Amino acid sequence: MNTFELKDVAFSYSPDIQIFDGLDLSFDSRTTAIVGQNGAGKTTLVKLMKGLLKPSKGTLLIDGESIAKETAAQLSRRVGLVFQNPNDQIFKTNVLEEVMFGPLNIGMSRSEAEKAAREALQKVDLESKVDDNPYDLSLSERKLIALASILAMDTEMVIFDEPTMGQDFAGKEKIKAIIEELNTEGKLVLCILHDMDFAAEAFERTVVMNQGEIILDGQTRDVFSKKEVLEKAYLEQPYVTQIAHALGYNESFIHESELIAFLNKNA
Amino acid sequence: MSIIEVENLKYRYPDLTDLVLDDLSFSVEKGECLGIVGENTAGKSTLCYALAGLIPHFYKGAYGGKVTVNGLVVREHEIAEIVENIGLVFENPFSQMTGAKKTVYEEVAFGLENLGLDRKEMHRRIEQYLKLLDVFGLKDKNPFDLSGGQMQRVAIASVLAMEPDVLILDEPTSQLDPQGSREVFEVIEQLTEKGMTIILVEHKMEQIAQYADRVLLLHQGRQVALDTPEKIFSRPDLKGFGVTPPVVTNISKALNVRYPDSELFPVTIEAFKRLEEAK
Repeated sequence: MNTFELKDVAFSYSPDIQIFDGLDLSFDSRTTAIVGQNGAGKTTLVKLMKGLLKPSKGTLLIDGESIAKETAAQLSRRVGLVFQNPNDQIFKTNVLEEVMFGPLNIGMSRSEAEKAAREALQKVDLESKVDDNPYDLSLSERKLIALASILAMDTEMVIFDEPTMGQDFAGKEKIKAIIEELNTEGKLVLCILHDMDFAAEAFERTVVMNQGEIILDGQTRDVFSKKEVLEKAYLEQPYVTQIAHALGYNESFIHESELIAFLNKNA
Repeated sequence: MSIIEVENLKYRYPDLTDLVLDDLSFSVEKGECLGIVGENTAGKSTLCYALAGLIPHFYKGAYGGKVTVNGLVVREHEIAEIVENIGLVFENPFSQMTGAKKTVYEEVAFGLENLGLDRKEMHRRIEQYLKLLDVFGLKDKNPFDLSGGQMQRVAIASVLAMEPDVLILDEPTSQLDPQGSREVFEVIEQLTEKGMTIILVEHKMEQIAQYADRVLLLHQGRQVALDTPEKIFSRPDLKGFGVTPPVVTNISKALNVRYPDSELFPVTIEAFKRLEEAK
């Protein structure tokens, strides 16, 4: 998959509240973070992309071809979604079975599915838990199990909904490495985030949504330099950017290391 | 007497071989905000369960030592009695919802009914705390139709409505946007000013640095240190416990911006700025 486009998309849950009205947005090989206030429409957007919701107007296209005729089941082979709340996704009583469920469902044989599941569990460092009941694991581990279930399906696009929730430093580094690896493998990666620092650190492009509209879209560094626009969307700049501004520098820093290097040079 | 006293607390989950809490001893004063930090296997959530009485009353397993909250020995009293003293807001707000109630209003009422309050007092509290968390407008909605962020606010309101003396918050703003997160922390600050004691588990060290009076650093169930945020985050061995200090402390370390005549680094942007300017 090279591109996933939304053209002139409209959607509402009820007639009086329009979530999207003429939304144009496309995703390409750049890793993309979507940030925005609670209720901005982020989760609705990914549900549309997964075919779980249908737009009232407009088209969704993969590599220029409309996906209107594809069912949610067909789309699930191409677009994987890691849920925000792993309990919405996890339902088996054994970790390996849980991670194998998706691959089996899209038609892999049992041996292929098991191989894919074991590889995916290795990527999230939970291969030692294959025989555990997912509900005996901590929330952060269950989030990684949910992530492994999607990795095992080997979809062309992976969408993450708040993956860093409950993760410590090591967990975040693990997720960052997985995102980079998926990107290197040529997959499309999209991530919904509330964690501005993680967005700044790990994504090439950042899209800011506010009340169903895109108010900023571009290189992560440029997007996080727009303090006033971010504040209007009830967002904040990453801590590194805030520190640089507090010290009176106008340059936009998004990585700790670059700010340290800059301050050392100017000291 | 301190509002929370933990003495030689040890705990192991059923069927597991390792201690998840290994000989913890500390106390928390009334009106204090204690931050708990550590990597994911450190025992933070388990300690929260032990303070709130879910351990040993709901989770069995091997238990040793003593936890006293407001003079009540947690092990010797029923959960119903403990909840009036100490309230726990779960890490995952979906876990907080009973699933038995059709509206947010009834959801908050559920805990209060169990306290045996009269109706007038119940209505007063439900209204007050839903308003405090800015979710009163959602009172007629089904809890499971809420977004993660809204549910998180309702979960906090439903625990606060019990008016406990101690509030335990396990990553209270993980599903909230930055603005919402700031609003919730402002509420928490107001509550500590009114004398409520707060136990705060957070992975965002900036929040710990800003709100916690003291920080308990846990590693593999053991208590590594209990000290001020400056002392904890200035430790050179912090990374070995899976914890990274606030960004501003990292930058201070790299630039050697520290408090005069000490080994301590600033943990907030404001403190960093003051020290930079004084240089």
